[in-house]
Parts: sequence; C-alpha cells; structure tokens
Amino acid sequence: MLNQVLRLLEDDGRLTPAQIATMLNTSESEIEKLILKAEEGGLILKYKAVVNWDKLEEEQVWAIIEVKVTPQMKAGFDAIAERIYHFPEARTVMLVSGAYDFAVVVTARNLHEVSNFVTHKLAPIEGVQGTTTHFLLKRYKEDGVILNDSGDSRRQKVVL
Amino acid sequence: MAFNTKTQNKQQPDLISNRVSSIAPSGIRRFFDLLASMDDVISLGIGEPDYPTPYHVREAAISSIEKGYTNYTSNSGMPELRQELSAYLEKLYNLDYNPENQILVTVGVSEGMDLAARALLNPGDEVLIPDPCYVSYAPCVVLSGGQPVMIPTCEENRFEISAETVESLITDKTRAIILGYPANPTGAVMPREKLLEVAELACRHDLIVISDEIYSQLVYEGEHTCVATLPGMKDRTVFLGGFSKAYAMTGWRIGYAVANEHIIGAMTKIHQYTIMSAPTMSQVAAIEALKNGEESAAEMVADYDRRRLIMVKGLCDIGLSCFKPQGAFYAFPSVKNTGMTSEEFAQKLLIEEKVAVVPGNAFGRCGEGYVRCCYATSLKELHKALERMEAFINRYKARN
Repeated sequence: MLNQVLRLLEDDGRLTPAQIATMLNTSESEIEKLILKAEEGGLILKYKAVVNWDKLEEEQVWAIIEVKVTPQMKAGFDAIAERIYHFPEARTVMLVSGAYDFAVVVTARNLHEVSNFVTHKLAPIEGVQGTTTHFLLKRYKEDGVILNDSGDSRRQKVVL
Repeated sequence: MAFNTKTQNKQQPDLISNRVSSIAPSGIRRFFDLLASMDDVISLGIGEPDYPTPYHVREAAISSIEKGYTNYTSNSGMPELRQELSAYLEKLYNLDYNPENQILVTVGVSEGMDLAARALLNPGDEVLIPDPCYVSYAPCVVLSGGQPVMIPTCEENRFEISAETVESLITDKTRAIILGYPANPTGAVMPREKLLEVAELACRHDLIVISDEIYSQLVYEGEHTCVATLPGMKDRTVFLGGFSKAYAMTGWRIGYAVANEHIIGAMTKIHQYTIMSAPTMSQVAAIEALKNGEESAAEMVADYDRRRLIMVKGLCDIGLSCFKPQGAFYAFPSVKNTGMTSEEFAQKLLIEEKVAVVPGNAFGRCGEGYVRCCYATSLKELHKALERMEAFINRYKARN
C-alpha cells in the first residue's frame, strides 16, 4: 500500500488523501497516516512542481559537471561530497561509477556564474582533481514528462 | 467502433441492397452530429485506452518495417503469432488449440465477429444477443442473413444474462448466442456459475456461442471466465480475442479467432477472399505484445482500476446511481432520477457543460435511462468532467 501511495504522489503530488483513498479502496485516515509517517520518516522529502523552464523568457543556465576526486583517508567520498553539496548552486550531487566520481547539476543565471562556481568554489576543494562542465542545450524529457508533446488528443471524439 | 462523425451519407434505398437498408441508422445520429460540431469538449465517450501503445511494441513494428517485412503473411496469420497465441491460451486457460488449423489472426474482433456470423448462419437463423451490448453484434447477424433476438438484462441483475430468460427465447431456429463479457457498455462481468447455466443450455439445445472476450484482461473484481473452458463448450465456442484494449493497440486492428477446425476453416475461407491477411506490421506488434507486454498491460489495468473507483464514487457523490462495473473501462450510471431520457441527458450535458457521454439507448433498448461514461481518460479530465456534471445535475434538481 505504502509503495502505491508513493507512486501516486510521485506522479501527482497534489492528489488529496481522499482521492488516494478512493483509488486504493481504503479509508482516508489510513492514507493520511501513511503519508504523515512517510513525511516524518524522510521518505517523502518535499512536494514540488515539474517546471518547463524553457518556456519562461528568463535567462537561466543549467550545467552538468563531472568531478573527479581523490578520496580522502577515512572519510572517503562523503567528506568531499559534503563540501560540494552545501553550495546552493549545486542542485543535485550524485556519486557515480565510471570515468569520474561526482555528477553535479548546477543552475545559475548565466554562463559566467557557472564558470565562477567551478573555478572559485568547486575546483579548489581539497581532493578535487579535475572537472568537466557540460552546458545544457536543450531539454527533451523532464521527470518522465516529454516536453514537446503537443498534448493534442489523437483520439476521435466518440468511439462506441 | 470509431464513429465517424463527419460523414453523413444520405441513403438512397433503391441503390442499396435490402439487407443493408434494413439496418436502421443509429437513433442517436443527431447527438453525434452535434458532438462533431463542438470544440473543447471533455469526452467520456471514447471507448478506447487513452494510452498510446507501449513503446517496445511500437518499436518492434517500426523495426520490422525498416527491415522490409511489408509483404502479405499466410492467410491465417504468421505461424509465429499463431504459435504464441496457442501457448498464451494454454498458459492462461489451459486450452489446447492447434496453431495449424484452429487459430485465425483477424483484423480485430470486429472482423472475427463478422466472419463467425457469416460462417455459421443460414437465412432466418436466430441469434441471441444480450441487451444492452456492443453496437456491432446485431448488424453482423443481420448482414449474414440471421435474425437477432435480444436477451433483456437489467441493472438489478447486474446486467448479467439469466439462463431462464435465455431459455424462454430459444426456438427451433436458434443457432447461436453472442456473449460479450466483460461488457461494453455496462462493465458487467458474468460470474462463472451463471455462465455455467448458459453453457449447459447451449449444450442441451446444440447452440454455438460466439464469445467476444476483448476485455478479458480488464477485470477488477471477481474473475473472468473464458466460455471455452466450461464443460462441453470448447467445441461449440468461437472465442474472439484481441490486443486493442489490454495492450492499447486499437489502431493496429489486430485480433484473433479460435474454434474447432471446421469453423476456423470456414471463417478462413471468407477471410482469405475478403482480407487476405491481417496487416503484417500489426502481427509483428502483436507478437511483441504477447512476448513482452505483460508488465505494461498490468500497469495500465491497475491504473484503470484506480480511475474506475474515482469515477463510480464521483458519479454516486453527484447523485447518479451507478452499478459498480467489474470490468472493461466503462461506468453506466442511471439518469432516470433526472427525469430525462438518455439522449436528452447526453445532449443537454453536451450543450450546457461540454461533457460528452454516450446515451445508453445506442447500445439497445435496455440501455435507455443510462449513459455510458468511459473512464479511460486522465484523472484531471475525469475530475473536471465530474465537476461539470455535478453543476448540471444540481441545476436540474433545483428546477424540478
């Protein structure tokens, strides 16, 4: 049940407990209890809108930065990750396998801000060996939503 | 059946055969014409999934086209598809059908129904058909020279047919019974024990059952009983199935018919002269759906079930009594307490609130007093439609 509630909310965070209860054939209070527990336990972190920023006439730059590091004694990768993720510019920080160690997603108002972040904040961190910055050129799909989908119905108005 | 709302052929009786002329044009033609003229309508009138076909199925067909698999197939369908179907029916129902001569790949269940009627009926043969039911059954019988005899069903009996009523309608001319459960438009599912009684009748009176089981995978409560699995029925059942609903493949026009080799042989004879073979790319897609589509189908079914519960509760909350559908993706609420006929209700709702539902009388006399609401549409649209219907009903309540 918890799994189903989480899936429904992940798809539409604005569903009410009453709606979810109807869909899963259970009581509203049962769903409220589950959600509260998930929120308090840190299973649900927050509710947010999936925004198509490209539609806004406002300059915004996204970059994915590959970061290669030398893990520190004892603390390993976690200590370096912590140095990175406290910067508000870093939107997402992930340890990944492969040719580099951290993937950092950065948003800023312009190119200059990103380069400032990389040269003055990220690169000087102890243990960081090198960075490669990829600027985002075009977004096709965001959190499961295809962005250029016209949304026009392909169906006839009535089918018996 | 996609209803083309744009063409309005005025029939010239002297030009058209008596048989075709005898099929009355749908009484709700005016409603469809009105709908065609309107924009920004939320339609609960679309009897097909709102999902596109799962991508892996589309991709399999695209790749086959790229490789040049664009020829006819065997009349009966690709051997691989018939083998997959045979294995599928064996696994699902423990039914043994020979892919060589007992399985025919058709252009949807629609073709299968037409072939079955044409292969089995002699002029004047009577065919029993539940009322209300899907719109093609009676016309298929008429076009084959048969005589449809409707089996009335009602909400009080959960729109199931009763053996007692069926028996009272059997004459020495009765040749077959058409069943379509889970049902369009009611969402009814025939429970096994009631189906057993009907099967027993079919055996006793030597009748063939043509069973349209297109919605078999879309069952949310109780379970679907495949008619051919009942004692004595395999040899006298034409079992029609397809991919349209469970795999969201309506536009591919692909289905299958299975029965004993004599019936399939006769149906294949008609099929080879009228169709040749079902579209090759659709057959490739069907193979992919059978091999790897179970998971995506299950996800869609779970989603329909959630929307079903929202729909039924929503309709009850706004004051329409609604039989709880157990299968397919339709709710069939009664509009009798509004004092309107099905058609009045649908027409006023369309004009005043821009919500389209299908008047129940489109599906037979026993559908009068009901409207069909398809819940295979996004939750957002469902909620919007329910809000508008609530406003509509409150307005008429206040007036009465």
